[in-house]
Amino acid sequence: MSEIINSPLLWKGAVVTLQLTLYSAVLALILAFFFGLLGSSRHGWARAIGRFYVEFFRGLPALVLMFWFFYSLPLVGIRFETMVAGVLALGLNYGAYGAEVVRGSINAVPTAQYEATVALNMLPRQRMWRVLLPQAVPLMLPPFGNLLIELLKATAIVSLITISDLMFRAQQLRASTGKGTEVFLVVLVMYFVMAQILQLLIRYLERRSERILGRRPRRRAATAIAGTTGTGSLSGVGGEGS
Amino acid sequence: MPSSDTMSEVPTPEDPQGAPMDKTAADGALPHGSTPGIRFEKVVKRFGDNIVLRELNFTVAPGERVTLIGPSGSGKTTILRLLMTLEKLDDGVIWIGDRPLWHMPRGDGLAPANEKHLHEMRKQVGMVFQQFNLFPNMNVLRNLIEGPVRVLGLSKDEAVERARELLDMVGLVDKIDAHPTQLSGGQQQRVAIARALAMQPKVLLLDEVTSALDPELVVGVQDLLRDIARASDLTLLCVTHEMHFAKDISDRVLMFDKGQIVEEGPPEQIFGEPTEQRTRDFLQAILAT
Repeated sequence: MSEIINSPLLWKGAVVTLQLTLYSAVLALILAFFFGLLGSSRHGWARAIGRFYVEFFRGLPALVLMFWFFYSLPLVGIRFETMVAGVLALGLNYGAYGAEVVRGSINAVPTAQYEATVALNMLPRQRMWRVLLPQAVPLMLPPFGNLLIELLKATAIVSLITISDLMFRAQQLRASTGKGTEVFLVVLVMYFVMAQILQLLIRYLERRSERILGRRPRRRAATAIAGTTGTGSLSGVGGEGS
Repeated sequence: MPSSDTMSEVPTPEDPQGAPMDKTAADGALPHGSTPGIRFEKVVKRFGDNIVLRELNFTVAPGERVTLIGPSGSGKTTILRLLMTLEKLDDGVIWIGDRPLWHMPRGDGLAPANEKHLHEMRKQVGMVFQQFNLFPNMNVLRNLIEGPVRVLGLSKDEAVERARELLDMVGLVDKIDAHPTQLSGGQQQRVAIARALAMQPKVLLLDEVTSALDPELVVGVQDLLRDIARASDLTLLCVTHEMHFAKDISDRVLMFDKGQIVEEGPPEQIFGEPTEQRTRDFLQAILAT
């Protein structure tokens, strides 16, 4: 067991997995906001573009997309590095889910807020950037958290185009040691720990954003209740207060 | 019932019995200057098959304070929302001063307004909502300066100074850094009133502004609005179910039912000796609650 945990292969792989997650998440986030904002535009043509992106890339398996970038496009002379192909496939795929989150969250900001911006004679741009979006971002964080963890797990598919991520290294290690059960047990735990770290990060951002919106019983309430109910139920408790 | 055609030529006092202009301490914070009147010309508004306003005609004189009363669904709030451009007009023309709100002159006729025209027209109009609608992502001060800085183009210092004056007027200077969620309903509504006035409107729309408040907070907000109405020359349109407030604040009361004006007159007449049965029934129902 210790030879597996101490093997530098898995740690190197974990670093690549985190890199992939980070790059893909950044790309997905940019795409999500761009197409999500288009999707909530007043203009029909902009909404159509947003819609098209979402439907197209949400409907394709990330794996197929990645194979396409890696194996098919080179046939017409477009070549990507493996890492780029992986990031593109994951980013485009998860950007489509994210765009729906952005659009949905903007729509979920109460109409009354929009009406107040009209009554203050704000320009459409100001309405969005000054009022609607700042209130929509906190709503986006929980679903973004889900997507981020899904993305982390989805990076395992890149091992199929020979990127040496955690999954790829695990296969290597299994081949060289023959201890499949132990290797994959360790890998399982590593993915789980990475997911928990991301989850903590999102929780932190959620708490921050709620304080910005003035819903802040969290700090005190959280420590008061933490002893009795555990942290798992806190998001529900703290979010209610005003 | 008076025919709707006579409505548009209702004589309205330019300065009804020398409206009292008691100068309050914060008078300087209130908008002054030439105030436009409002005219509805055969205004139609539908929601699907439901016709909310049918060829409605009425006029509000510059600086006049008019209260709209009537049962729910009679179209009162829709009138305010049309004036604030929160609802689209289906037919007819709404004039603010000598310019149509929802139209632009084209040739001899009128063409539908574009966003730029609406932006121009909205400069004259402000609105206070039933649910306050303060921005929860900003503190009180930013709620008050966001519009003046971003829309009116005031410098930040100017805007902050005006915000202080207005907060002083509504009695909430000490809450300048507070968050809307830390304020009571009454305080939030005072801030919302200050926010509307910070945009220096000529026409102020009040949409059931005390309906969402706890009973003990209602009077304070009403007194504030009455003082503002008396100290400014705003044209005021007010929808309310508080008949005392209506009596207090208005020069004229319009009684609505099913998208039409049933009866109108000075508050003493409408509340004292209404001529229409519909008005009597409505007032009785309101007072019974």
